[in-house]
Amino acid sequence: MSYTIEGRTGPWEVVIGLEVHAQVTSKAKLFSGAATEFGAAPNSQVSFVDAGFPGMLPVINEECVAQAVRTGLGLKAEIHLWSRFDRKNYFYADLPQGYQISQFAHPIVGTGTVEITLADGSTKQIGITRLHLEQDAGKSLHDQHPSKSFIDLNRSGVALMEIVSEPDMRSPEEAGAYLTKLRQILRYLGTCDGNMDEGSMRADVNVSVRKAGEGFRTRCEVKNVNSIRFVMQAVEAEARRQIEVWEEGGTVDQETRLFDTGRGVTRSMRSKEDAHDYRYFPDPDLPPLVLEADWVESLKASLPELPDERRARYVAMGLSPYDAHVLTLERETAAFFEAVARGRDAKTVANWVTGDFFAALNRTGLGVEESPVSAAGLGELLDLIADKTINGKIAKDVLAIMFETGERPGAIVDARGLRQVVDTGAIEAAIDQVMAANAGKVAEYRSGKDKLFGFFVGQVMKAMQGKGNPALVNEVLKQKLG
Amino acid sequence: MHPTDFTLRGAIDALNEGIITSVDLTQAHLDAIAALNPRLNAYITVTGEQALAQARASDARRKEGVAGPLEGVPLAIKDLFCTAGTLTTAGSRILGNFTPPYESTVSANLLRDGAVFLGKANLDEFAMGSSNTTSASGPVENPWSRANDPDTRLVPGGSSGGSAAAVAARLALGATATDTGGSIRQPAAFCGIAGIKPTYGRCSRFGIVAFASSLDQAGPVARTVEDCAILLRSMAGFDPKDSTSADVPVPDFAAACARGVKGLRIGVPKEYRLEGTPPEIEALWEQGLAWLREQGAETVEISLPHTQFALPTYYIVAPAEASSNLARYDGVRFGLRVTEPNSDLRDLYERTRAQGFGAEVRRRILIGTYVLSAGYYDAYYLKAQKIRALIKRDFDEAFGKVDAIVTPATPSAAFGMDEKQDDPVKMYLNDVFTVTANLAGLPGLAVPAGLDAQGLPLGLQVIGRSFDEETVFAVGAAIEQAAGFTALPRLRAGA
Repeated sequence: MSYTIEGRTGPWEVVIGLEVHAQVTSKAKLFSGAATEFGAAPNSQVSFVDAGFPGMLPVINEECVAQAVRTGLGLKAEIHLWSRFDRKNYFYADLPQGYQISQFAHPIVGTGTVEITLADGSTKQIGITRLHLEQDAGKSLHDQHPSKSFIDLNRSGVALMEIVSEPDMRSPEEAGAYLTKLRQILRYLGTCDGNMDEGSMRADVNVSVRKAGEGFRTRCEVKNVNSIRFVMQAVEAEARRQIEVWEEGGTVDQETRLFDTGRGVTRSMRSKEDAHDYRYFPDPDLPPLVLEADWVESLKASLPELPDERRARYVAMGLSPYDAHVLTLERETAAFFEAVARGRDAKTVANWVTGDFFAALNRTGLGVEESPVSAAGLGELLDLIADKTINGKIAKDVLAIMFETGERPGAIVDARGLRQVVDTGAIEAAIDQVMAANAGKVAEYRSGKDKLFGFFVGQVMKAMQGKGNPALVNEVLKQKLG
Repeated sequence: MHPTDFTLRGAIDALNEGIITSVDLTQAHLDAIAALNPRLNAYITVTGEQALAQARASDARRKEGVAGPLEGVPLAIKDLFCTAGTLTTAGSRILGNFTPPYESTVSANLLRDGAVFLGKANLDEFAMGSSNTTSASGPVENPWSRANDPDTRLVPGGSSGGSAAAVAARLALGATATDTGGSIRQPAAFCGIAGIKPTYGRCSRFGIVAFASSLDQAGPVARTVEDCAILLRSMAGFDPKDSTSADVPVPDFAAACARGVKGLRIGVPKEYRLEGTPPEIEALWEQGLAWLREQGAETVEISLPHTQFALPTYYIVAPAEASSNLARYDGVRFGLRVTEPNSDLRDLYERTRAQGFGAEVRRRILIGTYVLSAGYYDAYYLKAQKIRALIKRDFDEAFGKVDAIVTPATPSAAFGMDEKQDDPVKMYLNDVFTVTANLAGLPGLAVPAGLDAQGLPLGLQVIGRSFDEETVFAVGAAIEQAAGFTALPRLRAGA
């Protein structure tokens, strides 16, 4: 069932394309040696090149190019061995050169695809139009002084990848899934940290609406949306606005809009009429960027395993598609899972990681990499179950204690006497005691009330403080109840 | 002999032989500057104390037996090269207060080799001009004057007018210059000295205030071809800070000056025979070719069919790049800032740029903005790039047949300061013989070859293959030797 928005005149389809700006993970900026660390004091990471001083020239940073190529490879996209930098000319106080260096006409990466997975388990291919390298501008601060604006050039010249999708998405969910997947791929590749709250990833959202079977109608671009949730909200808000305009007999004008996160609406930023004429032309300071095919091949060979491949491998290991999906969402989670699964039953490990382990992490609000329970610790716990030192129920308690105290499971089991009882004599004694105390129930059971078996198991386990081996308890109980 | 009369080569020899110290040589030049610069206005900034300190340090190094190739040689630096701690204005009000904290690679190379900097030479604003009349620091006067009209002040050419005038008047042994469409060769020709624009990429552009990045190239002006060769060897070299600088070896250019021209084939492009060129320039050209034949070269008529489009192409490409390169002068971070109370950002831009830039710079920014605008880009900028490629191809084909090309350097001798000022197109025609080498990225040398009927110097131009400055120097030196150019400007040190 495809997503539509119900208007007065019937259902409307939503068409979405995204332009994602992803900050390249690299120590230095795209065309200068200045550092790129987040959160540094204003204007502390600025070279004369970044500040647009007279006579300063850009020199391409090879690592940024490698990161763009890795990303292109991760998007299964065409790598252009010849690309070129253009100047996009406009005046703004935080744009020191008066132009942004970007790849307008000849991007480094061409068409590719990203496969997204939706909540119902279905998948969809989203086309990538292109990926190009460009430099970021600085930041204008208008709230530091009553009559002055301040400029921070730390970001000026930082390398960005602009990743442009085809208008292939048809619902807020798809837009969200695409962004999530893109972010996942970038993080797997290590080419962008994907921290949207630090501005390392932001999206321009192109939205239009149409009736079923129509061609595309005019789109609007919602600029600079900085979270996946806001992207999904912005899509819906903008689609509803456009539907209203069309249904009232108006026309949607192509324009740039902003999403007001507080009010949940988009508002006009500038219309097409006052759009800039950017006067793009090839940057004469930079020769065309020519890549060696061998160099691209070597980057390809050293690419880490990507989420799709890893998920397929997990399914082959016997995991459910859902568990495989959840475990591969974050590279760190997958690494944790694999560390635990090494030499153990993958499916059991997956159950524990996605079940009790994730639940505990959620309660503490920590990420996998900050977890007080290490992969080795969880593995040790699972080994205690496997060798019947403890049973599954006790193991859940032990895991909780591990989260609280950071202790190793063996130590917890020993210190608290949680070792499971496999001594048939002790089990028989407990059963005898329970049967004696519940003679009436025993009679009922024996007259055919089979359902009471569970009651007896519970009572025996209780009598044994949960430490009875469940299989043995069952077996002996069956014999005794006859 | 007055110390300012040394050639650069002669001064190096004299310093090496202990005939003179760098301090004395430098002081003599500073005295000459004090005497003549108020009239010529060749220097915007004179760094006398710094020059003497450098000279003392140089003499000390020499005493210790450590002497660079330019040890103790006083030079003028065009005020387009950023010099650490010294005002660098580019001849513009907008950079009137700008002191860079960094050194251009070319000037750093000269300092590395022991040079002494006398000061910053005047120029057309942002190197835009052919008469050195657009400088915010006022016009430069050519030290030469017409024999029958000595009171008419003449232009030194541009944009490196200050550099050329300073060297011609003996206010420096040599100078750095830059050439985007003829800004080294035309003023060298107007001032009766030599100057070479090397192959694009030969000298680093790092730290040179940009005019048109794909055309700008630094080079020297000096009183002899050999002096230019010595300076260029120090200025040139690969620089990782300039992505367009070429990673090629720098040969001993001075040695190439003595190669001779025997067996060389010299191209004579028929398209450079322009209507309206004064007959004495035509005659000088013929004379130059005859000299080369006498020394064993062969002259061959060649065709460069797209020559007629070079000037319009240049006046699209150069302003286009300039309009973008000059966007950084916005009053925000350095240089001039003009604001009024309560003015907003747009107002800041408009006031700063309207007051900071002179008329010629504003004109070129407007032309450049126009040719890059949506709807005009294909008709102007893109077409110009295509023609540029054709002009380059013309040269490639010609250099399959000849080793060097010889042409006049300029279509006229130096003109009066108030001439050609009313019509920018007339002014642009000055570059007609020189822009082609910039568009094709080729080396071009201007060498003084004779005088016109008024006693003003005229130059010839030698164009060579890409990165073959050595042949250019050999041909230039052969013309120089045959011409025996000994005339002197009226305004000069020691005169």
